[in-house]
Amino acid sequence: MTYIAKPKFHHPGLKKNELGYTHRDYEGKISTLCAGCGHDSITASIIEACYELSIEPHRVAKISGIGCSSKTPDYFLGNSHGFNSVHGRMPSVLTGANLANRDLIYLGVSGDGDSASIGFGQFAHSIRRGVNMTYIVENNGVYGLTKGQFSATADRGSKSKKGVTNTDNAIDLVAIALQLGATFVARSFSGDKAQLVPLIAAAIRHKGASFIDVISPCIAFNNHAGSTKSFDYVREHNDAVNRLDVLVSRDPIAVDYAPGTVQVVEQHDGSKVALRKIDADYDPHDRLGAQTFLARHAAKGQIVTGLLYVDPDAEDLHEHLNTVETPLNTLEADTLCPGSAVLDKINASLR
Amino acid sequence: MPDKKPISSVNDFVVRFANVNGSGSASANEMFARAILRHGVPVSPRNIFPSNIQGLPTWYEVRVTEAGHLGARGGVDMMVAMNPQTWDKDVAGIEPGGYLFYDSTKPMPSTKFRDDITVIGVPLTAITNSTYTDPRQRQLFKNIIYLGALSALLDMDPKLIEQLIGEQYKGKEKLLSSNVHALHLGRDWALQNLKCPIGLRVKKSDKVGDRIFIEGNSAAALGAVYGGATVCAWYPITPSSSVAEAFTAHCKKYRHDPETGKAKYAIVQGEDELASIGIVIGASWNGARAFTATSGPGISLMTEFIGLSYFAEIPAVIMNIQRAGPSTGMPTRTQQCDIIACAYASHGDTKHVLLFPEDPAEAFEFAAAAFDLADRLQTTIFLMLDLDIGMNHRLCRPLKWDDARQYDRGKIMTAEMLEEGRDFGRYLDVDGDGIPYRTYPGTHPTKGSYFTRGTSRDRYARYSEEGTVYADNMQRLVRKFETAQDLVPRPLQANAERPTKYGVIYFGSTSPAMDEAIGLLEARGHQLDRLRIRAFPFHSSVASFLAEHDFVYVVEQNRDSQLRQLIVNENGIDPVRLVPIVHYDGTPITARFIAKTIGDHQDHLKVTPLRKAVS
Repeated sequence: MTYIAKPKFHHPGLKKNELGYTHRDYEGKISTLCAGCGHDSITASIIEACYELSIEPHRVAKISGIGCSSKTPDYFLGNSHGFNSVHGRMPSVLTGANLANRDLIYLGVSGDGDSASIGFGQFAHSIRRGVNMTYIVENNGVYGLTKGQFSATADRGSKSKKGVTNTDNAIDLVAIALQLGATFVARSFSGDKAQLVPLIAAAIRHKGASFIDVISPCIAFNNHAGSTKSFDYVREHNDAVNRLDVLVSRDPIAVDYAPGTVQVVEQHDGSKVALRKIDADYDPHDRLGAQTFLARHAAKGQIVTGLLYVDPDAEDLHEHLNTVETPLNTLEADTLCPGSAVLDKINASLR
Repeated sequence: MPDKKPISSVNDFVVRFANVNGSGSASANEMFARAILRHGVPVSPRNIFPSNIQGLPTWYEVRVTEAGHLGARGGVDMMVAMNPQTWDKDVAGIEPGGYLFYDSTKPMPSTKFRDDITVIGVPLTAITNSTYTDPRQRQLFKNIIYLGALSALLDMDPKLIEQLIGEQYKGKEKLLSSNVHALHLGRDWALQNLKCPIGLRVKKSDKVGDRIFIEGNSAAALGAVYGGATVCAWYPITPSSSVAEAFTAHCKKYRHDPETGKAKYAIVQGEDELASIGIVIGASWNGARAFTATSGPGISLMTEFIGLSYFAEIPAVIMNIQRAGPSTGMPTRTQQCDIIACAYASHGDTKHVLLFPEDPAEAFEFAAAAFDLADRLQTTIFLMLDLDIGMNHRLCRPLKWDDARQYDRGKIMTAEMLEEGRDFGRYLDVDGDGIPYRTYPGTHPTKGSYFTRGTSRDRYARYSEEGTVYADNMQRLVRKFETAQDLVPRPLQANAERPTKYGVIYFGSTSPAMDEAIGLLEARGHQLDRLRIRAFPFHSSVASFLAEHDFVYVVEQNRDSQLRQLIVNENGIDPVRLVPIVHYDGTPITARFIAKTIGDHQDHLKVTPLRKAVS
């Protein structure tokens, strides 16, 4: 339960990042999710990525909808403001928050029920607007909080815990995000922290709409034989196109990967993403290629993971709207109100 | 000659234009209204239009009223019948002794007219076709030609119309001169061929003063600019779209940094009303002043978020330009039908602040005030306009702004206050007014963060399902709503000349019709004290007013007498003492309707003593 206090003391020798914060400074309350839940691994990866990036914990706004995944923002970045909003409506709340203060980092956490069903529209529109955010879907193909109904990302033919076969087609959020113009698109697996941490870090550094679909098995309701979102199934069918490092003018994030060819992508803010390519032909700058690649592998029953597409020169909603650099929430009457002299002129023009 | 004496009236009549929508008549008709204003004579124009873009009937009604009665009057003294589709109904609607103005190019059978009206034929199509060859020009100038003919018939000063044309086409010399030419084509034809002027005449006066002529939606949008709104998210819906469009136009003029050219605002057309209110909630949570504009169906969609705004205590401003419901209802007709829907919007126990402006001037003031109230009360504030105020030009007092005025950001705990060691509980009532402090996200590295949620939590924003903790919070929200009573605009009372035990309560766009009706009722011998409610929660003076009168009429523009329900519910009043006076056919309420309905009631209430009746 979230009211269980987590002890604050920690080992004095705990490693500190550039700002002098330890891992513990990026933690939140104790998770109330089921033991072994994939979501908790994603929480750990978010903590790790923020620590590695030396982000000031209070400069992040973490926003979610409703569901198991949407509860997780309480379990990381305890010094950040969090907003557990309305089911399926995280994207609009995040968009508004982002418009109010462009200086914070926006982390949107959602689930497959939240984003592929009730909030499918808001997911789509926040992506196509290019809101500067990191949008993470913790995707387990099932409604956990209401005990095991299929979600819209459940594959056709997959079986529920109660033995029901899903007859509806699945929505692939990654494919949709690519089609709608997301400028950073990745997929990962909650059980693959080595791949996930740098992806989250790179997504945070990316300016524009970053989308990460993280397959995250539901230990309670979707981890059985016949499920295509179980630990075993995802491990067997995972086809990683690349592994990456994020370089932020300091040591690259240490990751556990097999060496391969390296491609460096420079992001808008100067940070670099070093891609260790597993699939030598894969080009993460080719949106159309990524879409085809994804479709081809999906047909073979393979789950493609890694950084699938990135546009390093992306623009965000603030650029589209040409808003001032100063956060709108700091502007006061002296700059916002045209004053009585202007009003007199307006009155005169209305006679 | 008609068999009824033609109506003779100076500066007091109603002209109605019957047009086909999409024919470009709107600007000529509006110019007609403005031209009368330039004579120093007040007018009250109204658009009556279908939910359609081209081809269906539309009307524009101008009430010329030296006495300054700005409500709809009812009845038509002169019909400018430019639409064959609606001819029969239009002709039938003219008051006996009234006037029919029509395009006489094509002969009409005598059965199409009436004997008790004056028929004025002007061969508009013939004049137009002999002058212009381009079909679009023919269409547009035909409108100006009838304006010219009317100016002669109604004895208007053509110079004043020329002046208006000059202002409208400033810098577009060619358009300017061709419009003036068309005006005189019509005017000259009328002067040469008809008896001018007719019984209806416009005479120069000085009754307009410094008043301005503006649509409520535009004024509300301007209020949002002055009130410091920086984020606007909206979804198109009649009759509210012009709020966001006007806000966009005003911001383009007044909200760009002169040096960088960058925008000090962000406007997003949402994918629906859910996203629009979501964006508003997100922006307000993050400390920006944000609003959306919508109408009934949008309110229905937004209710889940409105409940969140109430319970998680996030400011929001919603401008509801009401139209006739339920469901899609009559999208282009006016009503005050969302009072209950907004006052108690969302599931669970909720109550919301409503503001009821009576005209564009108040729409401006209340819109600006709504942002202060939203920040102060940390909840949703509804600005309740309607189509009648929102989409019609209304004569009103000039807009005013005090340059010394600062925005009230409400109770914000800053980094300095947190450093000083102030106890921060997001839902902690430190001042006894039910209003807690909030922090903006990103305020302090280690203090002041909290988790916002729609679930129950304690005073320090910690999740809790304890019954006492939940009830404690719900009681504080009641206290906060009581605080709101003294912050919102107070009711305005106007007493009858003689003491009376009868009163009338009204609000919003009913105002001008009510003011006029009082005069009509007085003439019938009925004295009524008036109370114009300007906000919910109701100020204590509403209860006092009810206590001081035996019977109180509640005049409103919906079927179920929603404001009356709210008064009964919130004040625990015996409903029998509140008499509903409702008008809900989608047309604006008129003084004639109010005076007749209340007058008839009053006559019934006046029980003649038995002895007197027998003797």
